[in-house]
Amino acid sequence: MAYKILEKEEIAPSVHRMVIDAPDVAKAAKAGQFIILRINEKGERVPLTIADFEKENGTVTVIFQEMGKTTKQLAKLSAGEFLEDFVGPLGTPSDVEKLGTVILVGGGVGVAPAYPQAKAYSKAGNKVISIIGARNKDLLILEDEMKNASSELYIATDDGSKGHHGFVTDIMKQILDSGEKVARVVIIGPPIMMKVGTGVASPYDVEILVSLNSIMVDGTGMCGGCRVTVDGKTRFTCVDGPEFDARKVDFVELMNRLAMYRGEETKAVEKYDEECRCGLH
Amino acid sequence: MQELNGEKTSKVKKERTPMPEQPAEERKKNFNEVALGYAKEDALAEASRCLSCKEPKCVEGCPVNVDIPGFIKLVCEEDFSGAIEKIKGTNTLPAICGRVCPQETQCEALCVLGKKGQPVAIGRLERFCADYERKQGVKVPEIPEPTGKKVAVVGSGPAGLTAAADLAKLGHKVTVFESLHKAGGVLSYGIPEFRLPKEIVRQEVEYIEQLGVEFKPNYIIGRIKTLDELCDEFDAIFLGTGAGLPSFMGIPGENFNGVYSANEFLTRVNLMKAYDSEYDTRVRLGKHVVVVGGGNVAMDAARSALRLGADEVSIVYRRGEDEMPARREEIEHAKEEGITFRLLTNPVRILGDEKFNVTAVECIKMELGEPDKSGRRSPVPVEGSEFTIPADVVVIAIGTSPNPMIFKGSEGLDQNKRGTVIADEETGATSKCGVFAGGDVVTGAATVISAMGAGKKAAKAIDEYLKEQ
Repeated sequence: MAYKILEKEEIAPSVHRMVIDAPDVAKAAKAGQFIILRINEKGERVPLTIADFEKENGTVTVIFQEMGKTTKQLAKLSAGEFLEDFVGPLGTPSDVEKLGTVILVGGGVGVAPAYPQAKAYSKAGNKVISIIGARNKDLLILEDEMKNASSELYIATDDGSKGHHGFVTDIMKQILDSGEKVARVVIIGPPIMMKVGTGVASPYDVEILVSLNSIMVDGTGMCGGCRVTVDGKTRFTCVDGPEFDARKVDFVELMNRLAMYRGEETKAVEKYDEECRCGLH
Repeated sequence: MQELNGEKTSKVKKERTPMPEQPAEERKKNFNEVALGYAKEDALAEASRCLSCKEPKCVEGCPVNVDIPGFIKLVCEEDFSGAIEKIKGTNTLPAICGRVCPQETQCEALCVLGKKGQPVAIGRLERFCADYERKQGVKVPEIPEPTGKKVAVVGSGPAGLTAAADLAKLGHKVTVFESLHKAGGVLSYGIPEFRLPKEIVRQEVEYIEQLGVEFKPNYIIGRIKTLDELCDEFDAIFLGTGAGLPSFMGIPGENFNGVYSANEFLTRVNLMKAYDSEYDTRVRLGKHVVVVGGGNVAMDAARSALRLGADEVSIVYRRGEDEMPARREEIEHAKEEGITFRLLTNPVRILGDEKFNVTAVECIKMELGEPDKSGRRSPVPVEGSEFTIPADVVVIAIGTSPNPMIFKGSEGLDQNKRGTVIADEETGATSKCGVFAGGDVVTGAATVISAMGAGKKAAKAIDEYLKEQ
């Protein structure tokens, strides 16, 4: 069993878009879900959110940033090559219905999972206000796609190289302050951004959802590695999530759990880079 | 071959033929198999102890009713191919059963020889026959004419594999759906290499493939397709999805880094080979490891942690050793390897540092009170007896329940309060027409062989159901 890579491109420095031939996954996929892939027999199982899917063509798009060994290795693969495993769709789909106005906040590669949501909320008849951001304009992804999928699109960059000079959450606050009646805010991005964003949106009478990215192995509720405390209870991100009521999430615990293998990861990356320099990869 | 009457019986050796094993000091540093298997001479010596009882009790003790005296007789005659064929008449996975079945509570518990001395080592003989066959090259049985009926098997653990093999042998077209990337279920992700080499699981799966069974890994029923959708496509369905959802204790500190469910810890080590530096999956290597629980899974986790290089591994169990549900042999193996048993002890809190890493487990001493529903005496905390055990890795091995994902989109499939599927004990029939279930998804966490027994019964019932269609 192998899954063919149909397209592969670098859409921002160290950020890659990959289209995979996976008809079963594409057919069943819904906004808010993710997949787990494994490059080869010795590879680890890595969860990635679904950035797009086409049921007719049987393709699933993932977008990833080079971070650890596996994503660096993944970045080296080209169209025409194969992945050993590609399992999904995983996670409970987003509860998309007609609510009125929905704000989608996407930071960094978090814009990737926000994109199918923007499409789904728009299709359900909502006014979708999307706010996307990155450290600088070169790292900004899916700008055109998000523009097409949304009623309004705002951009923020940390260095001010494009759009608002500052954070996505600044724009979110401005909209919430403007008196626009917003039913739901969905914040997807690095955990610290989701934590800050939740804090900013909390005083408003609006539903806030975040999509969490935990460390997991199987993605089906079996290992329990992705556990997160929501409303004082232990929940599994893979089956109970990945979306949760942001006000109830213990972000400190989440961030600490994500750091669990940081030391080992750094070592693995150093070893991999060294081997690449020696021409072993 | 001995006879049950007269003087000959007294000549039967009381002691069973010992199993060659890796020495404890050596094996605790590697993941190679602990028990090395009988040589031909060992097998012949052990087989000769069988009394060939006219009404063999051992067969009754076997959940799949292997013709035990029959195969042992063939071993005595050195017809090892005949012996394995005899076993395979009823048991599809002998190399696995010979290694992980709790024989001491099943076939061997009822052996007549056990009354005066040690029972015949039936499991070891079964393993010998299966290993003999694997060395020779496994013979694939003739596959009958296709019946034209299609059966879906959900889950490729012992229950699913058995049902799939039996149904294929009856001529039905079987497709097995597995959510992980490798078939075998708990045989692949749960039981460590040193107890059950993964190569053996692979070969057993390959054998079932040769019977014409199609395996679909990375395929999650409940996500890619619902059970209802499967019902539209297949003539019958067998659910063998096991009990994969890990239980936690619900005590403070359980989400600290370094606290694992046994499922996660063992999956990283067994399925993902975290002990091998060539593989990319990681597991936290503890110096002081505490494993909570008293079953086989707890023994497996503790012994794995030791092999990963821990200085000290403790098993914390709230009852006494007699109440431990683990196999005797596994408890003994763990002790030989130097695992510390902290009995009548229960964790009450897990402590951690500012970086969220686990540092210790606070426990309380227990004493045994009145028997509970399971018949075991209930542990009661001894007030004021709290103490802490330093720990940098904690593994929670207190049990599992069925994964609820299968119930998504499965109209009319009844489950009970514990989350298990309600199924007829004899046939595996569920409340949903054409859907049968067996193994841990019905019973809750149990043994490999009982799951196989359920798979076998269900295959028979499914065949009858299909004939009526």
